[in-house]
Amino acid sequence: METDNLTKNGRSSTRRAFLAAGAAGLAATAGCTGSAAGGDDVVRIGVLEDRSGDFALNGTSKWQTSVLAVEELNDSGGILGKEIELFDPDPQSDNQRYQELTRRLIQREEVDALWAGYSSAARETIRPLINQYEQLYFYTTQYEGGVCDNTIFPVGATARQQLGAVVPYLIEEYGPRIYTIAADYNFGQISGDWVRILAEENDAEVIGEEFIPLDVSQFGSTINRIQEADPDFVMSMLVGQNHTSFYNQRASAGLDIPIGSSTTMAQGYEHRRLNPPALADMYVGVNYMQEIGTEASDTFVERFYDRWPDAPYLNQEAQNNYFSIHMYAEAAERAGTTDQEAVIEELEKGMEIDAPEGTIELDGDTHHMNHHMRIGHADANHDLAFGNEQYIGAGFLREVGCSLPTDPETTQYLPAEVYDL
Amino acid sequence: MTYDTLNLLFQFLDSFAFIVLATVGLAVIFGMMGIINLAHGEFILVGAYGTTLSYGAGLPLVAAMGVGVLVTTVFGLVLERTVIRRLYHRPLDSMVATWGLSLLSIQLARIVFGNTLSQVGTPLGSISYGPFSYSAYRVALAGIAVAVLGGLYWLFMYTEFGTQARATMEDEPTARSMGVDTDRIYLGTFGLGSALAGLTGALYAPTITMTPELGASFLVEAFVTVVVGGSSVLVGTSLAGGFLGVVNATFTNLAGTFIGQVAMLLAAILAIRLLPEGITGLLDSWREKRAEGEQ
Repeated sequence: METDNLTKNGRSSTRRAFLAAGAAGLAATAGCTGSAAGGDDVVRIGVLEDRSGDFALNGTSKWQTSVLAVEELNDSGGILGKEIELFDPDPQSDNQRYQELTRRLIQREEVDALWAGYSSAARETIRPLINQYEQLYFYTTQYEGGVCDNTIFPVGATARQQLGAVVPYLIEEYGPRIYTIAADYNFGQISGDWVRILAEENDAEVIGEEFIPLDVSQFGSTINRIQEADPDFVMSMLVGQNHTSFYNQRASAGLDIPIGSSTTMAQGYEHRRLNPPALADMYVGVNYMQEIGTEASDTFVERFYDRWPDAPYLNQEAQNNYFSIHMYAEAAERAGTTDQEAVIEELEKGMEIDAPEGTIELDGDTHHMNHHMRIGHADANHDLAFGNEQYIGAGFLREVGCSLPTDPETTQYLPAEVYDL
Repeated sequence: MTYDTLNLLFQFLDSFAFIVLATVGLAVIFGMMGIINLAHGEFILVGAYGTTLSYGAGLPLVAAMGVGVLVTTVFGLVLERTVIRRLYHRPLDSMVATWGLSLLSIQLARIVFGNTLSQVGTPLGSISYGPFSYSAYRVALAGIAVAVLGGLYWLFMYTEFGTQARATMEDEPTARSMGVDTDRIYLGTFGLGSALAGLTGALYAPTITMTPELGASFLVEAFVTVVVGGSSVLVGTSLAGGFLGVVNATFTNLAGTFIGQVAMLLAAILAIRLLPEGITGLLDSWREKRAEGEQ
């Protein structure tokens, strides 16, 4: 049902008939064209998602939904009557490999569109290449926000969207004294800035902050420092497998202060992996989790597990890969070509798409999505409840005046440049 | 004020336990046999997975930990017979081979068990004092670390295996000529090192996230400690563990986790610069000087 919604425009039965003929023709000429890259016979999509290494836990389902989306599109006739060919080597959570593979996919495979990367570090490592070759690129992880870049579509929710949903809610619910713990790289640092901005906007205060290197897995003193400061709630933007240990250690040390997050549960499904009550009273601001329970989501979840029966979880980012591949297909159909410039122009007109999270819009000016943001809450048994649904736009980039169709640039804006921190 | 002192004490116990337990298996294999075991983290992985999986299958936690240790010991013995025994006296080759083993084990774990296992919760609850609390299990780990060091001391000083093991590591040809089955001693020592790594994995399984890369978070600490400690397994590990534990706990408590890590690495660099033979080297030279003084 979701497929029908997602692809309702422009995939009529007449086209399907046309397609069949085209495919037959294709088969006949396949011998001549061979596998020469850049031919017009197929649409080439590159997907670089981590299936091994540090981020395999988060990247695997991103890859799985990408495959699912491509298969669905191919089953219903491909894009513009052409079959989609998927190039999906495993970058292994290694930024150097990201660079090599991105170069290869752009230069040798000449992909028409690229999906790549879990971490912000991976995105930033390939961004110079994306800029150099003006490659149409979708980044789907929820991230710190601020990327205003000609050919990049960061379709995941931003910190302002994720934190903007959960921080004001927790201030209201528990009080104004916040303690931030975050991973010590651009994502965590910028997220920390956002917590401070949102605190100020809501008459609250960040009374303590700690940025923790990614390889740290021991949190005894962090827990003591939080207890010393005695905040009303903790905001945690910890990331990755080592940091996940924090939640278990928090439970065993008896730290029973509520925690808000923009990362936990929605990406690494900690509520499934950790023994309760590690995540008791944990809140996360998200656009999607497989448990949100809407009809569109349930259909999507069912189809996902039909295709990947052994998959452990379907995370927020995986949904983003899924809808953005369908969104790309739609834009290419409307543009009537897979020429990257034309597709980008089409996307920049703005677009509405029926995603599993709900119907959402692409904001053409900033290349970001307006998302349905929800607050997920885990109780002591790790049962989830969702509430406080809001539709939040790409506010920050609008504030700084990012308007890509009229004013092309390749910048990442930082909250510190705009706000008094 | 007293609460702060308690915080510092608990943090020290925590760091000390982590450093000693992360190191002790590596120290036995590296210090005594000269094998630079880059797969040490994966031995810990085997112990942790063995424990978690058998706990998941319904065993009580302590029995599950026993299974974790057993599985790691067998894993180590098999590797010794098939790969490691060809590498004695070839430290650089041992590094390359064990690194390969490490990559292989991680991918194998991923293929067989997936990217994660659901985790065992930490037992024993917490100790509360004023506004603070600390995980009781993690304090208990410090006791276990001391017990492990004590057990090793007894094993190497008071058992026949210990004497023969020390003799073999000191001078293998002479030991063999005295009738020591050195082949068996090597096997036994490697098995012991593996069992200790497995024990570390088993003990930390309830506190860390179960993914195929979990060994990595132990490896750096272990190597730094072995290098700072020097060649003697017991003296080196316990003193280096104490020294690095104090540095780590103090700076972590004063200025946060990041500074704690930086301080520990700086301390390690300083120690290596000033004491190229490690802490045990320093003790040996003191002992020699005193011996000369007495003559």
